[in-house]
Amino acid sequence: METIKKIIAQAASDAVIEEAQRLTVTVPPKQLHPLMKALHDNEELPFDYLISLIGMDWGDKLGVIYLLSPSKDLTRELVVITATEDRGNPLLYSVTDLYETAHLNEREVYAMFGIRFINNPDMRPFLLDDTWNGFPLRKDYDTDPARNPVTVISSEVRDDVPRIMEDENGNLVESTTRVFEKDDYIINIGPQHPSTHGVMHFRTALNGELIKKIDVRSGYIHRGIEKLCESLTYPQILHLTDRLDYLSANINRHAVCMCVEKAVGIEVPPRAQYIRTIMDELNRISSHLLAFASHCNDLGATTAFIYGMREREHVLDIFDKTCGGRLIINQDVIGGVMFDIYPDFQKDVKAFIPYMRKRLKEYEVFFSKNPIALRRMVDVGYMSREDAITYGVTGPAGRGSGWSCDVRLHKPYALYEQVEFTEVIRTEGDSYARYLNRLDEIEQALQIIEQLIDNIPEGEIQGKVRPIIRIPEGRYFQSVETGKGEFTVFIESKGNKHPYRLKFRSPSMAAVSVMPLISEGEFLADFIGIGGSMDYVIPDIDR
Amino acid sequence: MNYKQPLELTGLIANLDAFFREHLSPFWASVVEGLLILIAIVALYAVIALALIYVERKITGFFQSRLGPNRLGKYGSIQSIADMIKILIKEIIHINRADRFLFYVAPFFVIGSSLMAFGAIPFGKGLQAVDFKMGVLYLIAVSSIGVLGVLLAGWSSNNKYSMLGAMRSGAQTISYELSAAFSLMTVVVLAGTMQLSEIVESQRYVWNIFNGHIPALVAFVIFLISGHAETNRGPFDLPEAEGELTAGYHTEYSGIQFGYYYLAEYLNMFIVAAIATTVFLGGWMPIQVHGWDGFNQVMWYIPSYVWFFGKTALLIFLSLWVRWTFPRLRIDILLNLEWKVLLPINLFNIVMMVITVLAGWTLTDLFPNLFGLA
Repeated sequence: METIKKIIAQAASDAVIEEAQRLTVTVPPKQLHPLMKALHDNEELPFDYLISLIGMDWGDKLGVIYLLSPSKDLTRELVVITATEDRGNPLLYSVTDLYETAHLNEREVYAMFGIRFINNPDMRPFLLDDTWNGFPLRKDYDTDPARNPVTVISSEVRDDVPRIMEDENGNLVESTTRVFEKDDYIINIGPQHPSTHGVMHFRTALNGELIKKIDVRSGYIHRGIEKLCESLTYPQILHLTDRLDYLSANINRHAVCMCVEKAVGIEVPPRAQYIRTIMDELNRISSHLLAFASHCNDLGATTAFIYGMREREHVLDIFDKTCGGRLIINQDVIGGVMFDIYPDFQKDVKAFIPYMRKRLKEYEVFFSKNPIALRRMVDVGYMSREDAITYGVTGPAGRGSGWSCDVRLHKPYALYEQVEFTEVIRTEGDSYARYLNRLDEIEQALQIIEQLIDNIPEGEIQGKVRPIIRIPEGRYFQSVETGKGEFTVFIESKGNKHPYRLKFRSPSMAAVSVMPLISEGEFLADFIGIGGSMDYVIPDIDR
Repeated sequence: MNYKQPLELTGLIANLDAFFREHLSPFWASVVEGLLILIAIVALYAVIALALIYVERKITGFFQSRLGPNRLGKYGSIQSIADMIKILIKEIIHINRADRFLFYVAPFFVIGSSLMAFGAIPFGKGLQAVDFKMGVLYLIAVSSIGVLGVLLAGWSSNNKYSMLGAMRSGAQTISYELSAAFSLMTVVVLAGTMQLSEIVESQRYVWNIFNGHIPALVAFVIFLISGHAETNRGPFDLPEAEGELTAGYHTEYSGIQFGYYYLAEYLNMFIVAAIATTVFLGGWMPIQVHGWDGFNQVMWYIPSYVWFFGKTALLIFLSLWVRWTFPRLRIDILLNLEWKVLLPINLFNIVMMVITVLAGWTLTDLFPNLFGLA
């Protein structure tokens, strides 16, 4: 800890360090980039993983909160804050040269807060249309629908990229470039396309059948969940978390519950912890099964798709019997769980475990060793460990590139400290490694469930919670491992029953942001397959 | 030896022919017969397509642990008829900035090519509309016309997905046609004729696939692979590639225009199986053993068209099995498979067949007694 403070003091003389839930550093905008560079490049503990980049509006100031962590040691998180008082033309320095994942995140902050980033090569708004009036996440945003009427006229996609760069003399120069060259053969993969797993839009320049360049566009189903959350109470917010990554609905919800519980100091009874953990693992199995299924479907194996769905059905049946929901199960609430398990729960889960193991063997014979499947996955879509870290790709995809990034292991929550499981890591970095990782993680999830299922203690399922939950003033973070990777909830509270700002880190956004890199030069057919292996879910991006 | 063949249609056809010739001048008799045959073939074409669509959906259901259609009629048996009516009354969507003429003409190339190939297939004893001397060559020739329709569709749709799909299809069909043609030629070397009826007749006691043993077996496997590839069905469905190109070359087609492509796809699957049956598996000829008259009589009680459709159905099942098991190939793997694997094997194989035939190593040459040829 002392070394970090020393580095900070050396790089930024005006930095203010405070010890909150995480070590927090506040710096003026001018010193942000040198500080981030020092943190990123130092040899002892390089903070090379930008977990989350959060735009903020504090009323008098507009700013950004960076949540950093060393990729080697995920427990040592660091918060860096910078802000500008110029609300008319807010300018901050970009960190895109240090963290690739900042590209899309800074563009999102620009769309939502109007903060432009100097030296970011592409300052188009992300998630919002170019023509959108106002910056939705600012506190003084005018929500009058007349300002942004619903249009039925289709508009051309803009191809010019504005940017603001700093030259050698420190002057700011505004310029525009183009995304594609004039005679590029561009096809739109999405927003309506059978394989994009949601409403995602990849504008793809092709060279014959090979991918030349990809421009990622998203926001077609953006619902402004983060904005909505600012006017909802915490129990109400839970409802919206399920609508992010709907395949890991219960795990997302778990994250928000834990964040609030830790902030308020609510004790969760052990029985609820057991139920939560088992439900999370079942949810992970269903998420991975769907990922397996849709990946196979993307490669043209329709039967494998149906097989994955068939096994998933068993998990959904267990959910159905427990709480009536199948995809979105509304199980976790602040302080515990909403529904107790039903009498035959243990029996059903225990019957499912050997069944699933048998099916995993079937997948291996049927698809994992199929010669065509191997040709379509091995050495396709290579992502190096460095790329995974700088783009912030976590989950089975990040672990397929050899990065040990399992939140359950490094920042354990719920009962993950008590159970034994192996983190599935492969170093090949190709589609096949990511594919196998998911199947192996299903097996690990089964082992975790096996260790817990017989030991569920009797007792309460909900802790003591006040009817109106107010979180004390402060900033709170909570990470969990969803089916897609690290999902982080950030809550800034002013002591009210509503959060002042709430931000979700979306693992899918990181996965999408790396797509242009890993599919460049690959075949169009493989681009779809790589997308399947990255397993992103669009509502998670379009928050 | 003449066996009793109570269920054959030869008698009926001969009677009809006599009836027309009795009452009409020879010219008009030919015209009426030609029209009747045309109607019969088109009707059979539609019926087979409907049956195949139903069968495929049902079989796929079993492969994928689903039920398949089960609402309309018993076991969903009239589902495909309902689908046909739906597709007939569906609106044909006219698209802007497409090449109108080529866009409308393209489906006819596809359906026309498959109908022409369909017409030359010997379905049973006496059930062959035209029996060309160059039958095999004719089949190869007309089945190549279909790709024109696909290319035109892709070009005229003014859609990039269609264009990519059509280009893939062009590369794929032209490549695999080489293999298909060469493997058929291998059998022509063995049978010594291109006439389909004679090829069937020559397999009275031993099928070509056994008669030419190793080279014939290799040719059979290659024909199945390349024929399957020519039909543009999975795992060779790159031109359509639902996950990549939404629907490939027929993305912009709707209503019955799409229906033509759909029909042709199913019928091409049938045609490939039918050609393989005719050329390799004895066609409509029942299984017979030289000298076993009792056994042969029993076999002949089963009419020849049942034999033909039975063998064809087996091959179609095989093709469905393959389709629903493998993931889709990628264009480079596909072309490598053809140009670097299948074609060289094929060229070598045809030489092997020539040697086998010249050296007298075929089964009929080695054991003439078994087949009544001594």
